[in-house]
This record gives sequence, structure tokens and C-alpha cells, in this order.
Amino acid sequence: MNQVFTLGAIVGILTSAIRLATPYLYAGIGEAFAQSSGVVNLGVDGIMLISAFSAFYVVLNTGNLWLGLLTAILVGLVMGLLMSLISVTLKAEQGISGIGLHMFGLGLSSLLFNVLVGTVKTITGFPSIKIPLLGDIPIVGEIFFNHSILVYGAFLLVPVAWWILDKTSWGLRIKSVGQNPAAADSLGVSVDRTRYISVCIGAMLAGVAGASLSISLLDLFQDNLTAGMGFIAVALVYFGGWKPLGIMGGALLFSTVNAFQLWMQVLGVNIPSDVAVMLPYLLTIAALAVTVNRARQPAALNKPFERGES
Amino acid sequence: MPVETKAQSKHRLEHVEMRQIVKRFPGVLANSKVDFDVRAGEVHALLGENGAGKSTLMRQLYGLYKPDEGEIIIDGNPVVFHSPADAIRAGIGMIHQHFMLVPTLTVAENVILGLTSKHEPILDLDTVSQKILELSRSYGLKVDPAAFVWQLSVGEQQRVEIIKALYRGASLIILDEPTAVLTPQEVTDLFATLKHMVKEGHALVFISHKLHEVMEISDRVTVLRDGQVIGTRPAKEMTRNDLVKMMVGREMKQIAPQPIRSGPVRLKIENLHTMGDRGTEMLRGINLDIHGGEIVGLAGVSGNGQRELAECLSGLRKVTAGRIELDQMDITSLPLKNRVESGLSYIPEERMRDGAIREFSVQENLFLQDHASPQFTRGIFLDFPRMEAFASKMIREFTVKTPSLDTPVKNLSGGNIQKLIMARELARHPKVLIAAQPTRGVDIGATEYIHERLLMQRDAGTAILLISEDLDEIRTLSDRIAIIYEGNIIGIVDRNEATVEQIGLMMAGISMEEAVHHSA
Repeated sequence: MNQVFTLGAIVGILTSAIRLATPYLYAGIGEAFAQSSGVVNLGVDGIMLISAFSAFYVVLNTGNLWLGLLTAILVGLVMGLLMSLISVTLKAEQGISGIGLHMFGLGLSSLLFNVLVGTVKTITGFPSIKIPLLGDIPIVGEIFFNHSILVYGAFLLVPVAWWILDKTSWGLRIKSVGQNPAAADSLGVSVDRTRYISVCIGAMLAGVAGASLSISLLDLFQDNLTAGMGFIAVALVYFGGWKPLGIMGGALLFSTVNAFQLWMQVLGVNIPSDVAVMLPYLLTIAALAVTVNRARQPAALNKPFERGES
Repeated sequence: MPVETKAQSKHRLEHVEMRQIVKRFPGVLANSKVDFDVRAGEVHALLGENGAGKSTLMRQLYGLYKPDEGEIIIDGNPVVFHSPADAIRAGIGMIHQHFMLVPTLTVAENVILGLTSKHEPILDLDTVSQKILELSRSYGLKVDPAAFVWQLSVGEQQRVEIIKALYRGASLIILDEPTAVLTPQEVTDLFATLKHMVKEGHALVFISHKLHEVMEISDRVTVLRDGQVIGTRPAKEMTRNDLVKMMVGREMKQIAPQPIRSGPVRLKIENLHTMGDRGTEMLRGINLDIHGGEIVGLAGVSGNGQRELAECLSGLRKVTAGRIELDQMDITSLPLKNRVESGLSYIPEERMRDGAIREFSVQENLFLQDHASPQFTRGIFLDFPRMEAFASKMIREFTVKTPSLDTPVKNLSGGNIQKLIMARELARHPKVLIAAQPTRGVDIGATEYIHERLLMQRDAGTAILLISEDLDEIRTLSDRIAIIYEGNIIGIVDRNEATVEQIGLMMAGISMEEAVHHSA
């Protein structure tokens, strides 16, 4: 047990924690946009899967990482438009349409993978970039400043998303259609358009989350690559109280526990691996149970808007 | 040929006309060939019962609905509004009955919402706040731009709504039942603001069903009934009775409550405390005795603990300290079912949420509580023939208008649903009745009937607590009036003892002695 707590191990755990937080940050902050506008998108995991596969497949065939990322974003956009069509225009039950979207993503990504690729292959993903100067600081440099561009991007997204949601007209409109769509509508804000855009931003970020797995963190694709990460991301939005900074806190907590249990397994600490893998999820449930702040929840979450109902 | 409105705004509207407006909803003709017009510098009141088509008509002028027929003409030019944005650009603003504010945002954020800021996309809240303060000074509308809307009183929220319209340069402002939720003093302040706006050249449409307010504030009155214009007259030429006759189509009976008369105390509330939904203390030591054969009216601005008190008494909310007695029996911690059995009836404020089940039939809703009573069961089965016989009798007795006993309650009008709930609650001949907002959103005819039933029940010896935000209703029916403020009863007066002004001052938190002193 002692070897878990050597300096090297701790640095290793924290470095992986930063890396592992990446997909949760993209997907969670994306989901925060959708939910702030009043739409719960439970299909995040499905979007991540299709995007992860698309990015992987493009890179496998062209070797162009940026083209892979772009494909993932476009695939996310298409899925976002689909989700918006079902839940905003057709006003279907959001929970059900989200689960449908997830199943669709799961099935389609597996099918395409088996038909087009067949076996697990690896690619060369985004390389680590050491930040000049900062990267040379002992320990801190290693933990924070030696990652791939997608990892940096995920952490940069936090202040950007905060700024958009809290400091711009766009953010104000998104929050208002999530809190009181009738009020926004009465001031000439298009509720449907705002929700379409928010859901699509969320879905495109879920696309980036998927790509971050397949072409940056793991550099491969396999069936059900995400293993439910998209659902954890949805949970993190509640945990973080619909605030980017809170979501980052949740993502880091989750990824740190995850990195910790991975290291324990690597080091052969004697607990059953199934129990170890379960740890972060148990933690999520426990954290959610004690932290959810209903007062901050968008009041119109999960409610389709129709003019004239009051 | 209708012309699209473009950004032609900011110049003063002189004359806005609606001609031959027809609006249908599935199964309802909401507006039938309605003519209406308003000019700069006047208040034009739109009077009518609930469901007469007032709000529908104005929602078309504000671009929320499109007329099926007819046209809107602004200063001689026909216009078509596709959304509120078009109406706003044309210089029209609307203060909705249910405020259109986002509670989690600040006043300034609510005002700028939907507009583009000077430094798009960045919100420039400082400039907005400056302009809000200017408007608030010149129109006497006191608000703090940095406050969150959820922190504001109802009166303050309404001022934010007016500022929102003025900020957008509205020169025609539609006010939909603006006084419904205000204290008498706040109404006075609002009217002062409105008069100032008219003097500045604004045109105002004032939607209401309160006659004295209409007569006080308006220059012209248009009365709507069943979607049709009954007439448009100068307010000065009309008496209260003329207006009632136009509104209802017949003369109203005068309710004459008998002199105050009371038996033994049936409901005793001692030092009652409870917490609200937000975890703050909402009742802070309520003491109140209600005698058999009397109606005590509970007056107060909404949110001062009325809802919590009703819920504590009915058993829906836990009491944190204090005692409730019904005919000398302690019911403080008695479960709801046992309270009902010991003679307590409750007409809840939110009738569709707490009083009836939308999808259930009229008959099923009548038996929500008594379905297990031996009177209506045979063994473990429901005795449908007896239930039906009883239900038909109640429907007749309480004049509930319904196509059949099997009709889902959601298809009935508000007034008829309320009569149905009354039927259910009064059929048990309760010892104590809690009636919360019994006539809110109910038409004049049904209101008249409900008032009569309450008085009948009082005369039968029931102790009645009448909770209402309608001060006129309280003053008409109550033998005594208790005023609640921030979870305390700050005064109890006999019906004939206090003036509206004194009650109003107490509703604003001024103690009884001071209130009497003030108005003397």
C-alpha cells in the first residue's frame, strides 16, 4: 500500500487525473449549455460514441488529426439537430428521446466499427505539447503543462463557457429560456431557436469529448468505448450546479478517484478490480445525493414550450 | 395590403386601432368581430369577466397570437405582427397578469433580455443600470437594478415590468389586470405612475374586472362579454350598475351579510410556527380563534404566510411549534385523513394542483376523500349506483355545469371546478372550513354563488377561515378581518371597524395602532 503514496505515484495519479478529466469537461460543459436552455440531453454518451468512431476512422484513413476532430464536431452537430428536432420542435419527452439517441449512437458506432474496421487498431493521436517555461517547473510542470492540445482546450473551455453564460447577451438568452421561456418569448427571444443552438453547442462539444478519447487519450476505438462516460457527464452538470467551474470540480474529483483506482490496479494492490472500477461511480452517486442544489436548476428543465399556456 | 413593420419605432404612436378582430381557439370563439382603439394620452379600460376575451384581444395586439380575421392599424397604416418582437418595434409594450420575469436574473438582466447591447456580445449592465435609474426617477418607479428578481415584492416586480416596457420605448402600454396582486397603497402608487405616463403622451390599455378601479383611472371603457363588444363609452357617463349590467348581462343580487353572531370557539390556533419551502420561517407565532357561525377573513399581501397557514391547518405542512384545536380536540399532529374525519374541510388555493385531478371525471373528483366511506361501498367494492345518485344530487345542488358525470374535470371552466370542490368539501357538513382564494379566476356569476354558499355554511354554524387577496371579497363576507404580515397576525378588526386604508396600511406591515393613527 505504501508504494501508492510515493511522490512518483502521486504525480502519476494527478497527471492522469488531468488527462482523464478531459472528456467529462467537454461533455459536461456542453450539457450545461443544453440544460441551461431547458433541454436535458441524455444522448450525450451516444453522441460521444459516434463522434469517437468517426474521428478515429478519419484519422485511421487519412492520418489527419484535425480533419478527424472536425468530423467529430460535424457528427455531433447532426446528432444535436436530431435531438433538437425531436425534443424542441416535436416536443417529445426529453428523457426518452435522449435514451433513444444514446442507443442509436451505441448501436451505430459498433456496427460501423465492426463493418469498416473489424479489429482493434491503434492510431497516432494528438501529441503531448510541453508548455515552454511552465512545463519545466518540477512536479507542477509535469502534472499540468505536458498534455495534448485537447486537454488544454478542455480546461480553457471552463472560463470561456463561464464568460458566455454569465457575461454575454447570448448567455442571458440561453438562461432565460431555461428559467422562464414565456418571459423570453414575450420579449421577442425565439425560444425554439435558442434551444436548438444550445443543444447543438452541447452536442458538438460531446463530439469533441468523443474525439478526445479516440484520437487523443486512448488512440483507438472499440465497442462501447465510452462505457457510460456521457451519463457521468450529465450527472456532473447537476453536481456542478449548472456552473462551468462546478462542473470542472466534479470532473476533477471523478477523474482523480478514477486515476487512483487505476494506479492501485497497476501497482497490484490487493482489492478485486471490479470493486476498484466501481469506486468512482459510487462516489458520483454519493456526491450527487449530498450536493444537488435544486434552487439553481433551470425551472423549465425538461418542459417543452408552447406559447399561450400560462 | 398589410405592410410589414420594420424598425419604424420610437416616434410617438397617436392612434392604434383593431378592426373586426376574430380569433378562434378549438371549440371557442374567443373574439368575435371586435373593434377597439386607443389614442395617445388616454387610458382605455377593457372590462369583462374571466373568459370574455380581453387578454386574448390584447395578446393579438402584442403579437403573441395572430388574428384569424380583421386588421390592426397604427396611425393609419395596417400592420401585421408575427411575434412580440414586431409589436415591441412598433412601440407597443405589455405588462402581463403573470409577470414575465426570470426570477434567477437581476433587474438589469431582465430589462436588457432580448435587446442587443452596445458592445455586443458583451452585456453592458452598467449602461443599462444607468438608464433604468433615469427611468425610475422620471416616472417614480423605485427599483434597484442590481437586485435579483426573486428578492423583490410583487409591487416591485410590477415596476420592473413597466420599466421593461419604457426601456424599449413603448408608447402604447397594455396592462393586464395590473392591480390583482397589489395592496391598496401600491394601487395608489401605480395609478399615480399611470397618470403621469398619460400626461407624457403614452396610450394605456387597462384590463380589469374591478369596476371602481376602471371608473377611477380610465377615460373610456369598452366592455367585452363572450368575445363580443357590448359597448364603448366615456367612463364619466357610466355608473357602477351600468357597467355590471353590461358585463354580466343582468342585475346582480346584493349580498347582505347578517350581523355578527358567533357561537363557541371551533378552531383555536395557538402560537403556530412553521417553515416555508425555502427553509425560512414563514409562520412566527400565529394566534387566532374562530367561532362557529363566523367568517374570519385573512387579508395580506401574498407570500406573508397565508399559504403556509392553510397548509398547516389542513395537514399538508408540518408545524414546527404551536397548537391547533378543533372543537377542543388537539389536531396539531393529526394526519390529514383524521382531520377530515373530525370535521375539517379545505378548499385549496391551487385548485388544479391540490383540489382536483385534471384527468379524473367529475364523479371521481367528488369521491377523492369519501370513496372508502361505508355509505358508498359494499365490502371491498365501490357502490357505483349510490355514488352516481349522490354525485348527480351534488351537481344539481351546487349548479355545476358539466355535460356528464364522466366528463374529465379539465374540460370544465374554473368556476365550475370550484363549485365541484365546494360541493365535495361542504357535503360533509364540516365544523371548520378553510377556504383559500375561493373565487380567484372565477367568473362573476360563480363568485356570487360561492359567496352565497359560504354565508349559508356560516349560518349553519361552521367556523370559516377565508383567505383571499381580494380585499373587497374579504370585506363583503367576513365578520372579522385578521391581517397577516411576515408570518404574524398584526391586527384583527371587526368588519365595520376598519377602513380600506387602515387594512391596507396593516397589510404593508404597519401596526394597528399606528394604522388607525395614520388615517385619522
